[in-house]
Formats: sequence, C-alpha cells, structure tokens
Amino acid sequence: MKGRPLASIVGAGLSKFGKLEGKYSREIFLEAAREAFGGCSNFDPKRDPKALFVGQMSESFEHQTHVAPSLADWVGLLPIPATRIEAACASSGAALRCAVFAVASGMYDVVAVGGVEKMTHRVTSDVTEYLAMASDFPMEQWHGITFPAMFGLMATAHMHKYGTTEEQMAMVAVKNHHHGCLNPKAQMQREITVKQVMESRPIAWPLKLLDCSLISDGASCLVITKPDLAKRFTDTPVDIVGTGQASETIGLYERDDITFMEVARLAAEQAYEMANKRPSDIDVAEVHDCFTIAEIVAYEDLGFCAPGEGGKFIEEGETCLGGRIPVNMSGGLKAKGHPVGATGAAQACEIYLQLTGQAGQRQVEDASVGLTHNIGGSGSTGVVHILRRRG
Amino acid sequence: MDSKSPLTLESFYRFCSQRKLTGARCGSCRSILVPPRALCPKCGSTDIQWTELKGTGKLLTYSVVHVAPTAFQSLVPYAVGIVLLTEGARLPGIIRANLKDLRIGLDLKIDFEPPQSENWPSWARYYFVGVDSP
Repeated sequence: MKGRPLASIVGAGLSKFGKLEGKYSREIFLEAAREAFGGCSNFDPKRDPKALFVGQMSESFEHQTHVAPSLADWVGLLPIPATRIEAACASSGAALRCAVFAVASGMYDVVAVGGVEKMTHRVTSDVTEYLAMASDFPMEQWHGITFPAMFGLMATAHMHKYGTTEEQMAMVAVKNHHHGCLNPKAQMQREITVKQVMESRPIAWPLKLLDCSLISDGASCLVITKPDLAKRFTDTPVDIVGTGQASETIGLYERDDITFMEVARLAAEQAYEMANKRPSDIDVAEVHDCFTIAEIVAYEDLGFCAPGEGGKFIEEGETCLGGRIPVNMSGGLKAKGHPVGATGAAQACEIYLQLTGQAGQRQVEDASVGLTHNIGGSGSTGVVHILRRRG
Repeated sequence: MDSKSPLTLESFYRFCSQRKLTGARCGSCRSILVPPRALCPKCGSTDIQWTELKGTGKLLTYSVVHVAPTAFQSLVPYAVGIVLLTEGARLPGIIRANLKDLRIGLDLKIDFEPPQSENWPSWARYYFVGVDSP
C-alpha cells in the first residue's frame, strides 16, 4: 500500500503575508479561506466541509484563546466542529496531519484546514517573549535564552563541528529573498546581498537580523478530501502520499547533539517510507527556515545532502530555482514571512501551486513530487508531508 | 541536602537558593537528570535519588544575545550557553564571561544569584563563570 494517496488537496489559499494593519486574525483567515474555497469548483462551504482544523501558536498576540470556533464562524462554516491545534511553529503542519487522519479514517469526506497568526501589532520585545514561550520556561526562558539564541546555539555547534560559515548561512537568506521577489504574496519583495546579511545588526550571535525570519501577519487554508472524491472539486488535485511527525525534549540543552534535529529525521523517515519515495525523488521542497541555520540543518535531516554538508549545498546553488532541488520557492519563512500558526499549511499551499503549475515566475519546471518540513520550537516537534501530482 | 525533597523543579530551585546545584541519579541506568524528574526518560525507571553536583563543566556551545525580553534588556549583550557538567548532564544558562574569551571547551563553574523568592516564577537563578573567576 506504499505510495497510496492518503488524502487530496483540492483547494489552497493564502492571505497576503506581511504587516496587515487594522486586520484581526479572523479577518485575515477569511482572506485565505475565500481563496481556498473559491478555487474549488462545486464546493459549497455550507454543505461540504465537515470539520475545521486550525493551527495557531499563541493566544498572547490577541489575548484570545478558543479561536477555532470564531475562525469557523468568520468564514461561514458554523456549526461544524472546529479545533485549534498548537505545536508552536508547527501548529498548522500538525493540523494538516489531523485533516489527513480525518479523511483517511473514513470519518469525513471533506475537511478544511489552515492556520493564522497576527503578530505585527505587538512591539518586538513582546513578540520575542511570546515566541520564546515555545522553549522551556524553567530552564531556558528563565535564563534569558531567547528563541533566536536557541538557533544561535545550534549554529555555533554546527560551525564548530562541520566548519559551516556565517557566509553560507547568509546565502540562505539571499536565496530566499530572491525567491520572495517572485512571490506576490511574500512579505519581503527585496533582493539582499551576503554583505548586507553579514553587516546587519546582531540578534543572537552568530545570527544577525537578516538571518532571522520575519514577524508577520498571515493565514493559510486548504480543502482536503478523500482521494476518490477529489475530482468532484478540481481537475488538478494534489495527493498527500506521506505524513510523519515526531516529538523531542522541549529543552534544547537535553539533547546529545544539536547539530541536527531528530524530529525532522524521524518525521522524514516515516513520510518517505509511506510515500515510497527517496530524497532524490523530491522535485521541490518548502522547509522551515525560521533562521538560516535551520534551512542548512533541514537539507541534512531530509537527506538532500549528507550531515555536515548543508553549508556547501547552499554555496553550490543546489537549492536555488534551477538547482538540483529548489527549496523555499515561496521565499520561505525568511522572505514570504512567518505568521507562525499559518506556516505549516502555507508550505503545503506553495507545494500545491508548484505541483499544479500555478506558481508563476517561481514555477519549478515539471515538478511532480514535493515535500514540506515544519518544525515546532527548537525542534521539539517535526512534521513532514510528501505531496504528489495526479497523473 | 534533604534527600526526602520531592523530585521537582521547585525543589531544584530551592536548592539553588541554598547555593547548591543538585540533580538526580537513576538507580537503574545511572543517568544524571538535571533538573530532577521522578521518571527516568532514558530507561523508564522510578528508582531515582537526589545527588549533589560539583557545578563544574565545559562550554558545549554558546550564543550572544543582543535582543532580549524586557526582563533581560539591561544585560545585553550577554552570553548564553549549554554546559556539559563534569558528571555528564547538560545545563543551559547565562555565561558571565568576557565575550571575547568565549570558546567551545571553556572551563566553567556555577554560581548563584541571591534568591528573590522560593515561589514560582521567581526562582533563584544560577549562572556560569570561568573557573578562574574569583
């Protein structure tokens, strides 16, 4: 049964990512949902979806818990069950898995899934504090270890063990900004240079401002169906053929080696096995570049290159548009933006566009198999999905 | 050290307020658990006993924080790191050292801030300094 479609994506939508002034998260989610529902023919929001799963990281931004019913309400889905899934930055990757389970189990024919975060109305020190809540309070937050610092600790370890350089990390940012310029939904529409990254102000050495993903508002939404019903809604469904997820200590410090993420390796292993695919089969990938070092580590954890060779892999242009395996064609978290709860499902939106030939200027030619890699916290949750074009 | 204290974070930080770094030792697989826990995550044993630690170790990795949450803004730039304790467990914390002296492998020892309160969330913080610091 390996390689069997588990569920199908028949509609995908994304709000604009960026500073969406004057918009509340439920209003931003409506933008994404309208695009997802609108792109899906014969789809009736009042009739078809039987459940909504939404990823959202933090109630602190809008002082609001219990967001799922309000999001269902705002997009016209009442009274179907609506549930918020929280796994830090992997919230909507985990929500997508719930949607896959919901249809693969036979429980529902059609479900909606997505994610949202509204962040830019808060001052940076508040955002820093709320994001750090995904690290361990007693042993990390209490000792002033910020979120960028967690990835700074990983970067220092990776540099020491493998000789990875700050310039190689900067190249990830340069690439993703370039790709972001090709994505009208991306928050950043500006090319940058390695020199600019290197000279940007330090945030958590060795990470500088331009090594960090953005503070963003945004939402994502997907319509998921049983594979045999997909053609009812679109001529170009994309099948989810592999899904994997794993958990690790919340404390980064408890892990024997922080130059890789065990959760990503395990989630990828599960997804590859289920999909009957290998790393060399992947035509396009969206990976969790919350900081530039995280993308380098992702190349290694996903098997795109050997451990320790991620720095060389970006330097040789293997992951650029036109390279061996284009990564983060959307601009990634770095340039498209990182409204944390929206990110996992947004990655699947980009792969959907790529596999259906709708990615415009950033289209990877003849892409048929894509992968998403979504990380929560410092690597306490990892979610990987493998998607395949029909036909 | 009161060996009957519950194996909790609260106890760990209460010992910090007494200027003691403590962990727990698994009676089954001998792992050192810092902070202590009642169940060994490595082997599943509940045969866990308190053990006092030397508070010395080597710097495994570090980062220098320039943008901090409000409570730490007066300290920036400050170094944080993960320390491999002499007994084998790892512990994260602030490294109070000259930033230009930071390097992987640096020998460190623990010290403690004066306790603010024993109650959550105002635990007594520990931090690390170079072994040669007075």
